[in-house]
Amino acid sequence: MNELAFFINNVVIAGSVTGSIYAIGAIGVTLIFSIMRFAHFAHADMMTFGAFMVLLLTTAFPAVGASIGVPTALIMLPLAMLLTALLAVGIDKAFYKPLRAHGVKPIVMVIGSLGVTLMLQGLIRLFSGTGGQSLYVDDRKEIFRLALPFEGARAPIVITEPQIYLFVITLVAVVALHLFLNRSRLGKAMRAMSDNPELAQASGINTNTIVAVTWVIAGGLAAIAGTLLSLDVTFKPDLSFFLLLPIFAAAIVGGVGHPYGAIAGGFVVGFAETLAVFNWNVLLRPFQDSFPEWLTLPSNLAFVGTEYKIVVPFFILVAILVWRPTGLFKGKVI
Amino acid sequence: MSHPTNTRNPAYTPKDATQTRRFPLRELVLFGALLIAVLAVYALMGAAYSTRMLVEAACYAILALGLTIQWGYAGQFNAGVMGFVALGGFCAMLFSVPVNDAFWGTELPGELGQVLLYGIAATLLVVGATKLDRLGVPKKLRTVIAVVLAVVLYLVVISLLRDVTSQIQSQAGFVGGFGLPPWVGWIVGGALAGGVGYFIGHVCLGLRSDYLAIATLGIAEIIKAFLKNSDWLTRGTATVSPLPWPTPGPAELGFTLSRAIYLSVTAVVIAVIFFLLHRAYHAPWGRMIRAIRDNEVSSAAMGKDINKRRLEIFVLGCILMGLGGGMLGTFNSLFDPQGYLPLNHTFLVLVMVILGGPGNNLGTIFGAVAVYIIWIMSEPLALFLMQLAVAFGEGTFGWDAPSNMDSRALQARVLVIGMLITLVLRFAPKGLLPEKIKSHG
Amino acid sequence: MSSTPASPQPLLDARDVHGGYGSMNILNGVNMTLYADEVGVIVGPNGAGKSTMLKAVFGLLNVNQGEILLNGQPIHNLPPNQLVERGMGFVPQEKNVFPSLSVKENLEMGAYLKPQNVKRMLEQVYEFFPPLVEKRHQPAGELSGGQRQMVAMGRALMAEPSLLLLDEPTAGLSPLYMNEIFDRVKKINAAGVGILMVEQNAKQALAIADKGFVLAAGQNRFTDTGAALLADPDVAKSFLGG
Repeated sequence: MNELAFFINNVVIAGSVTGSIYAIGAIGVTLIFSIMRFAHFAHADMMTFGAFMVLLLTTAFPAVGASIGVPTALIMLPLAMLLTALLAVGIDKAFYKPLRAHGVKPIVMVIGSLGVTLMLQGLIRLFSGTGGQSLYVDDRKEIFRLALPFEGARAPIVITEPQIYLFVITLVAVVALHLFLNRSRLGKAMRAMSDNPELAQASGINTNTIVAVTWVIAGGLAAIAGTLLSLDVTFKPDLSFFLLLPIFAAAIVGGVGHPYGAIAGGFVVGFAETLAVFNWNVLLRPFQDSFPEWLTLPSNLAFVGTEYKIVVPFFILVAILVWRPTGLFKGKVI
Repeated sequence: MSHPTNTRNPAYTPKDATQTRRFPLRELVLFGALLIAVLAVYALMGAAYSTRMLVEAACYAILALGLTIQWGYAGQFNAGVMGFVALGGFCAMLFSVPVNDAFWGTELPGELGQVLLYGIAATLLVVGATKLDRLGVPKKLRTVIAVVLAVVLYLVVISLLRDVTSQIQSQAGFVGGFGLPPWVGWIVGGALAGGVGYFIGHVCLGLRSDYLAIATLGIAEIIKAFLKNSDWLTRGTATVSPLPWPTPGPAELGFTLSRAIYLSVTAVVIAVIFFLLHRAYHAPWGRMIRAIRDNEVSSAAMGKDINKRRLEIFVLGCILMGLGGGMLGTFNSLFDPQGYLPLNHTFLVLVMVILGGPGNNLGTIFGAVAVYIIWIMSEPLALFLMQLAVAFGEGTFGWDAPSNMDSRALQARVLVIGMLITLVLRFAPKGLLPEKIKSHG
Repeated sequence: MSSTPASPQPLLDARDVHGGYGSMNILNGVNMTLYADEVGVIVGPNGAGKSTMLKAVFGLLNVNQGEILLNGQPIHNLPPNQLVERGMGFVPQEKNVFPSLSVKENLEMGAYLKPQNVKRMLEQVYEFFPPLVEKRHQPAGELSGGQRQMVAMGRALMAEPSLLLLDEPTAGLSPLYMNEIFDRVKKINAAGVGILMVEQNAKQALAIADKGFVLAAGQNRFTDTGAALLADPDVAKSFLGG
């Protein structure tokens, strides 16, 4: 039964954690794609920016959280979301809007967003340096160990405090987004514009407002994703291109322009990653006795080493582009 | 109708040049300024340093030509130049480094070959399993069989490979090279890069152009991860050096002269590529490519096989990147997989192309050399400015500057490159030497 | 050119309109006058500038010369969302619904600028188009062509326009649906909405038209009541297929 605990820790929990982060990132990418019709390559650095804002605020006021028993970083999150949203709107005004006004092809917007991602990277690393830093400045990371209710189960299920916050915040964010898109006038207008921008304009919907709202949401979500990732491990300023691939893969798997698809895609990619690096030998070893004698299992039965983890989202991306380019949920933008 | 009397160089007159040639004032001024800049670098930094800079700039010019045909000719954006460059560098290393007897003298090569054969056999088996439906197996069952078979065989082969490679690593260090002339590696590097480009292009070119950018960005990181972690093949982070040159090395002729000879080799390669591209651009093939870029729908209606043409151009660009990467790797005389950075090997090339003039070969070469000079010179400049800022900060505010100022100063260059990309796209989308659009005929 | 005191102010008054995409003109001096209680129909051969005129009225392309007045106010070259605020509704020929939004949400989008009216107008639109009631929770993309046209017209009506512009509302519909759509158009007009539409099915459309505009090469060729145009042998010979 220790093997089961190991499996839950390394696949179920780890997969849900990565899946949540990818999902929140992918929602932002897919929303931007559906409103502005281009792949936003600066998204991963917006996530980093959000996390960096949390880091700065937490370092500035490290004791705030202790008074109410919550990590300071979480209290700073809404403020960081606001700052990241402002940054996103500002970037759009300064860099993307002029390109849109020129009526450039989407791929030029993509290159523009690569320029933006470099600028963000440069700025963040200029101020933060390139090393990793913990978001738990003055707080302590609680670790919970739950024993499995089986006999002979000695290895506990391990879940950390930030992981619990991560699940709660992901759930809240997804529900809030769902309500926004389906209940609010602005959210419906956003879906309308994603469906048919010309008709949205002909209905009197102010497309500039929708664009701004999209950036606010995408920026806020990026701050959440970046902060949750940094809470779970540490704040690292150089993850950018390693995050982009899984997030885009998630958005495309779910069908580009499809927020719920992006959530599903995020978990597909997250679990695929953890399953691929999981050493299956651990699960098969207890049954070693029942195998025929000629069969000895190698000690390492992982599909890919952790150092090749980035192959997994790429493989998923290629597979989906070959077999079903519209994604699992029939995206709008191909 | 060409007008030979109006042109300077009739040999270069494309057949479809209908406009009369104007005096190339802009080109002359820009290249004149470039020459002055090069001379200034020579005067300031000395001949050995400056010649090295020129060789590297020339290698980058090849990369930039590869990108300019993808982006400028065909509107395909490759965000993973770095991966193709690294492949070229890897091949240059693999083919030119001396043979490692500690590896070839044992039974390890046989074992490695055996695993590769198993791999091929496993691939054939899985491919065969996907065709089972022709024997009457239901399609769903066939898919299940194929997937299960693929998973099991993959795990078997990868475990065997892990065994062999760890043995190679512990007994022989790494497989070593083939001891062949470097240019063999350059050519194979180009071919390998072209092969990877074919795979990516085949998957993505029928889809939105964004997908190609995503996929190339991904493959570049994968290639780097592979080269970095395959210690048995590349020595990974331990790096391989020196890589032999095809021309006499610095030990024989001194830095300046040997680098100058290497420079002449690169110059010849560029001249050949330039000439061939020029011919292709004005040939019916080039016109077709541009017609597809400028109006996909109507050229599809004219019955042009768009995806095949796009694939050709994409693969061609990747081949040039592999070739340039090989020449750059050999020149540096060091193979360090960690040294391949998106900033230095993808975005720098991108800036060269969009600043010089996408689709204009001359402009691209100008952009490559000019941007590389700025890039090289910006390193000491960034450090200097940073130190100035630190001194100012300490003096005025008593600011306690972080100790890793040097690495941070270099991040300022990331910022500048990013800014350059966005500004050029906005204010000079056609570059300094815009492509001269002619009728597509 | 002010209207005589005897006749009321026209709803739409287009005078000598030149315009097109960018600086290239497709319209070379079109005149149109439509009163609030009228159905106006624009007919003409392909490339005559029918849809172009409609788009020019709705601010979707440039008017380079001449003027367009709505209730006496100049409106040419105003952006579409301001025209919606001033009481104009536009139903494009293609892509005229939001396919992933439900029918009800499609209609709500029509009243985007007047959210307080949604409830009242929804009832009114369902009255005009009863088939939409039971489909109200279905995505509009799943509806048939005729029902989709109803959603599109309903969406435009939600803003309580005084002038409704329809671009070939019956294109691609079966004759049965065509008659139903024309029937609804009359009803909407009777409820006090001026209508200007472009039609390929010229005969049937002119039959319900108070005013017909025959365009050719970006200019008016004939302008009269629908009935008079149908009766005119010249019009019949050149534009109505004999």
